[in-house]
Amino acid sequence: MPHFASLYNLAFWLTQDRATAEDLVQETYVKALKGFPSYHQGTNFRAWMYRILRNTFLTTQAGLKAAVSLDSDDVRVVEPATDQTPEVFFLTRVEQETIRRTLEKLPMHFREIILLCDLEEMNYKEVGLALSIPIGTVMSRLFRARKAMRLLLAAASQGAKA
Amino acid sequence: MSCELWRDWIDAYLDDGCTPEESAGIEDHLNTCTACAAEALARLRLKNATRIAAADRFVPAPDLRLRIEQSIQNPRNPISAIPFVAFPRFKFPVLTKQWKQGLAGAAAALVLVVIVGSVWWSRSAGRQQALAQLLDMHVATLASSNPVDVASTDQHTVKPWFEGKLPYTFNLPVLDGTPFKLVGGKLMYYRNRPGAQLLFDLRKHQISVFILQDQPGLTPKSLGVATERQRGFNEETWSQAGLRYIVIGDTSAADVRALGDLLRAAGRQ
Repeated sequence: MPHFASLYNLAFWLTQDRATAEDLVQETYVKALKGFPSYHQGTNFRAWMYRILRNTFLTTQAGLKAAVSLDSDDVRVVEPATDQTPEVFFLTRVEQETIRRTLEKLPMHFREIILLCDLEEMNYKEVGLALSIPIGTVMSRLFRARKAMRLLLAAASQGAKA
Repeated sequence: MSCELWRDWIDAYLDDGCTPEESAGIEDHLNTCTACAAEALARLRLKNATRIAAADRFVPAPDLRLRIEQSIQNPRNPISAIPFVAFPRFKFPVLTKQWKQGLAGAAAALVLVVIVGSVWWSRSAGRQQALAQLLDMHVATLASSNPVDVASTDQHTVKPWFEGKLPYTFNLPVLDGTPFKLVGGKLMYYRNRPGAQLLFDLRKHQISVFILQDQPGLTPKSLGVATERQRGFNEETWSQAGLRYIVIGDTSAADVRALGDLLRAAGRQ
């Protein structure tokens, strides 16, 4: 089963629940096996697998709930009162755990696009294939996702100082 | 174009999502604007920190793979009954002995392909992660105000500096008549083991050479010299006399290869 650990990691990031992630990975492999003839040789296999995983998740109750905020920028954080860019003053002492907690706070559509790009190191075309969106949308969503993440990190930094 | 507009392009540049012309324009701006260069470095650090924090965060239960394999094979499992229109229903013919032997052979070959594929992917992923960490060290070195602990262009100054600090030694090439210049070196740690990081200059580009005790997870010895291109950097790695060499730089692959050739020649002496 190729990409097993990577898919499970992504599934858990997506669902935030062990049992749901396990069911999701299981169903993804079943569907991938049955749908393999529809896979186009030469295209990114990981992106294809992730698309199956994501589409399967979006048909579940948890997925439908997560998908409600798909087109919104609904990240409620107070912007830090400083002129510094968030990363400059924050990353000097940021811990991995803080980044993980910040990722968990992001809406699903922001979290997944950051993970596909930064963790899975997919290019924009592959991310577009995985999420079934055009490259222009990949770029704009990624921009908004990273901005939201920086704001959350900055807010966490200011909370730690207070 | 104002800095505000250039900053909209930084993410695409770091994601390797720009055309060569766009990348050249951004690089020109970053070379002249310290504020945007600092912003780009900060975003790169966040990108790398995200990758490290998210990688292998959630590990599957040891028996999950087996359970999934069994569920795929069990026709009574409801998951197996999910209809899929692209997969046509097929009534299997009665199999002759020759057919069964042929299918058994094909199944064994398929299992082998899956195993080899899984092992290859697993090793490849581990190698990618290892090279990514070393690339991060290279980038951090370039951003540091003290990139090396021993600063000298003389190989006979840099090499002895490592004596007593490393449980091994290595040869450095004579660079006279080559475009490369030794900048210096420093002690680094990778996977809890000490290693050497040497910095070379080539037409104002900095190239790192990591020399480590060979260990699993980096390129297997049988592959010989392996080249990679990652986030715009060219990398070359090989194993020689029990040591693992990794060359990383933003110069061309040919330049990285040329420095690698000099190091390999020195290693054979």
